[in-house]
Amino acid sequence: MPKLHSWFSRLLGLFRKKNGEAEMAEEIRQHLEGLIDRHIADGMSPGDARNAALKEFGGVEQIKEAARDERVWLSADQLWQDLRFGVRMLWRNPSFSFLAILCLTLGIGTNAAVFSWIEGILFHPYPLVEHEERMFALTGTTRGATNIGLSYPDYLDFQKNCTLIDSFIVDRIVGTTLSIGDRAERASGGLVSANYFDALGMRPILGRGFNPEEGTGRNAHPVTVISYEMWQNRYIGDPGIIGKTQYFNGVQHTIIGVAPEKFYGTFVGYAFQFWVPTSMQETFDSTGYKLEDRGDRWVEGYVFLKPGVSAQQAQDEISAVAKRLESDYPATDRGHGIQLLPLWKTPFNGAAAIFPTLGIALAVVVFVLLIACANVSNLLLVRSLLRRQEMTVRLALGAGRGRLVQQLFTEGLILAAIATAGGIAVAHWCRNALVLAFPTPAPGIIINYPGAIDWRVLALSAGVCVISTLFFAVVPAIQASKVDLVGALKTESGGVVGGHGRSRLRSGLVLLQVSLSFVLLAGAGLLLQSLQRIQNASPGFATRDVITAGIDLFSAGYKLDRAKTFKDQLLERVRSLSGIESVAIARVRPFSYSNYSNATIAADGYQAAPDQLPTADYVEVSEGYFATIGIPILFGREFTRNDDENAPPVAIVNETMAARYWPGKNPIDQRLQVKDKWMQVVGVAKLSNYRTKLEPPKPFFYVPMRQHPFVNCGLIIRTRLTPGAMMTVLAQEIHALDPNIVPVDTITMQEQVDRMSYSQRLAVTLLTVFGGMALFLAAIGLYAVMSYAVSQGTRELGLRMALGAGAADLLRLVMSRGLVLTAGGLVLGTAVALSLTRLMGSLLYQVSPRDPLAFGSAFVILTVVALAACFVPAWRATRINPVQALRS
Amino acid sequence: MAREKPELVYGTLDMLILKSLQHEPRHGLEIADRIQQMSKEILHVEQGSLYPALYRLEARGWVKGEWDVSENNRKARYYKLTAAGRKQLLAETEHWSRITRGIDLVLSAS
Repeated sequence: MPKLHSWFSRLLGLFRKKNGEAEMAEEIRQHLEGLIDRHIADGMSPGDARNAALKEFGGVEQIKEAARDERVWLSADQLWQDLRFGVRMLWRNPSFSFLAILCLTLGIGTNAAVFSWIEGILFHPYPLVEHEERMFALTGTTRGATNIGLSYPDYLDFQKNCTLIDSFIVDRIVGTTLSIGDRAERASGGLVSANYFDALGMRPILGRGFNPEEGTGRNAHPVTVISYEMWQNRYIGDPGIIGKTQYFNGVQHTIIGVAPEKFYGTFVGYAFQFWVPTSMQETFDSTGYKLEDRGDRWVEGYVFLKPGVSAQQAQDEISAVAKRLESDYPATDRGHGIQLLPLWKTPFNGAAAIFPTLGIALAVVVFVLLIACANVSNLLLVRSLLRRQEMTVRLALGAGRGRLVQQLFTEGLILAAIATAGGIAVAHWCRNALVLAFPTPAPGIIINYPGAIDWRVLALSAGVCVISTLFFAVVPAIQASKVDLVGALKTESGGVVGGHGRSRLRSGLVLLQVSLSFVLLAGAGLLLQSLQRIQNASPGFATRDVITAGIDLFSAGYKLDRAKTFKDQLLERVRSLSGIESVAIARVRPFSYSNYSNATIAADGYQAAPDQLPTADYVEVSEGYFATIGIPILFGREFTRNDDENAPPVAIVNETMAARYWPGKNPIDQRLQVKDKWMQVVGVAKLSNYRTKLEPPKPFFYVPMRQHPFVNCGLIIRTRLTPGAMMTVLAQEIHALDPNIVPVDTITMQEQVDRMSYSQRLAVTLLTVFGGMALFLAAIGLYAVMSYAVSQGTRELGLRMALGAGAADLLRLVMSRGLVLTAGGLVLGTAVALSLTRLMGSLLYQVSPRDPLAFGSAFVILTVVALAACFVPAWRATRINPVQALRS
Repeated sequence: MAREKPELVYGTLDMLILKSLQHEPRHGLEIADRIQQMSKEILHVEQGSLYPALYRLEARGWVKGEWDVSENNRKARYYKLTAAGRKQLLAETEHWSRITRGIDLVLSAS
């Protein structure tokens, strides 16, 4: 392809103009000097020789001008010509161009969007952090479980003893009621170590970060750094904000700094609005003071490695320190370690929750890209065949092969360029779309899943499309060059039935499309069924006729005594309302975002392995809890009003816990040790879900709230009232008790449960959208191929008609070819899907990866679409006028 | 200036340049000399008009220019025939001889 080379050299020539200019001048000067030398040698005087040479050469400037045209403008002109011609050709066939561009745009755009999510959420979550590449997430471990925190004293010891680590930072999410003037709102922020901003390399744009001493002392430093957004929204960008105060949880805090714009903290998924130092822990945690308790593991955080230190080296050192702590503090640290994880693997924030969904989305968009490429290739191939005669004529008229290739190449480039631009636009619009898919889990939390448009990935997806487009765009020219001119000019024949070389390629592409679409549809079907099962599955408690509400007494400044009185009065008042069956209080409501209590436990007669420290989650509940929420008590009894501080301590365990700690025994009246307190098991509750429906059965127990007092208050009400009506009544009752308190989040239990299945719903949405897209693309592909086959087989069809074939015969003939392709694609797709759906494991719920219903519906949908795509061309075939067809 | 010498037939300069480079690379002045010499002084090339043609041929990838030093120690750009140029020369030679044969036939018909 000689012209291809010149095309590039010309393109380069456009940029090299300046350089070429000097070269040209030099070359001409040397030429003239040569002529002058020659004339002098012939005996002329230098002056005469120069004049003669100039005369002989011709007007230097005119010649330069002419040469310049050749070098630059002529080539630019030809490129321009190609571009114009390309655009004209695309314009002449708008439906083709539109489809091709649409397919490519969807393919490139969706890929770029999903890659940008992955980039933004998993790999580059904190773009403003200075040394993100040295930042690792920190998690406590025990018995292989990694979703626990560290205790604060342990954290300090690690910080002191690890030499390979630059800094340890604490970052624990806290919610608060924020009061500014007479307005009170919920807000979420981070309880962070004093070195937080320094370690991140983050300089507040106003004021300062925390001083080292602000991290120490119990509640000694009520200072806060607020986010740029809070500064703008709440304080309207007040430049004199530093030194002003605001109330968090009723405690006056001084604003000492404003974080830079677009800094949302270091918690994937949420945008934090403020930061306070760890010394203020007790103010923000309703479960008490923990800075000196080695057994209470609540610290979540990150480390920055020293430059040049590998994660493995740092991990080795940390593990060694952890071993020392285990032997120094066996009572609290036995069996506990800590582990460094890449940022995207941290179990504490939104990254972990969204990971499987992003994986599926990635697989799906790659499929869509493949389908789009196959589709455009197919369209181009079909068109190239339609243009074969044009190519042949142009060759016959003397156009160089290279010139044709160059022309088609340009056309392909135009297509790909427009589609890439469209793809970037799609990705840009979609980069923050993920936020829409997530419900706000609780008031005051701002969801933030930003995508970072990743140019590397954009270039990759665009590159794949451009290459495949160009390849298939150039094919016709290459083929045309092999064409025997005379033969090709005479007739361009093809059959509906027969197929050779090229049509096999086309069929292959259709096969690919159909099979990939099948995989996507089957996957979507599986997820849809999972979602349905999840929604239908019982969490083990009643979701109908149960309403929950949260009352934040802690941030209203209540202490234990006042909270107890308030709760007793509230229970009383609500119970006496009409339409209320029963009411109960729990510190943490099921499926809420708050953490359950966790404690080390021991049981009579249960021998733990020597290196293990059994722990279990538990919750403090009021009397009537089980009846209200609808968890059956299998043995024994439920808590009563009499299980108070004067009565012997009691607990109710769930089935799993009973089976693990007292296997084969009746657990009633057995003794359970929680921390250092022994209590008596009085009942066994049926297993239920505590956080999500997907969690495995785990030991869990309940303790009465009167023996384990707490401040905050989750209300659970069994009633036939609607949430709206309930909220009004509840607000009135609470107002009567304390006008400063309003219930937050009054919703049905069903709603509460649904909020936790968002990752399944998101996956279903993504797969449905992309699956639909794939189906659409596959239909276009099939339609294009069948239309082409019919248009090329016009003569054959005409002949068959002339020989007596009826419309029904033709219809059958054309359709059968399309359906054979479809059937092949379905078989292939089934095979691929069967091997791929196994990988969806974690997102499937009680659905077999080979579920016949999902596969069956994919089968039916694709068949129907294929029938429709084949029918139009087939129907057109029956309308052929046989006389005209034969004459043409 | 030898005006009595015939002008080149329009469009043949490119072919002549390619031919002049058939055996060895030459610079501009040498190309002009070579054409004159090959045509036994019948054809005369206007020196300056060589350059637009040379750049055109280079842009098409038929010749490739490289700076070198000439026999009398001057800097000069030497043009070399590329493989594509060789093919092009062959094609043009054939084309030309067909045309001239045709023209001859027409002119010699009685």
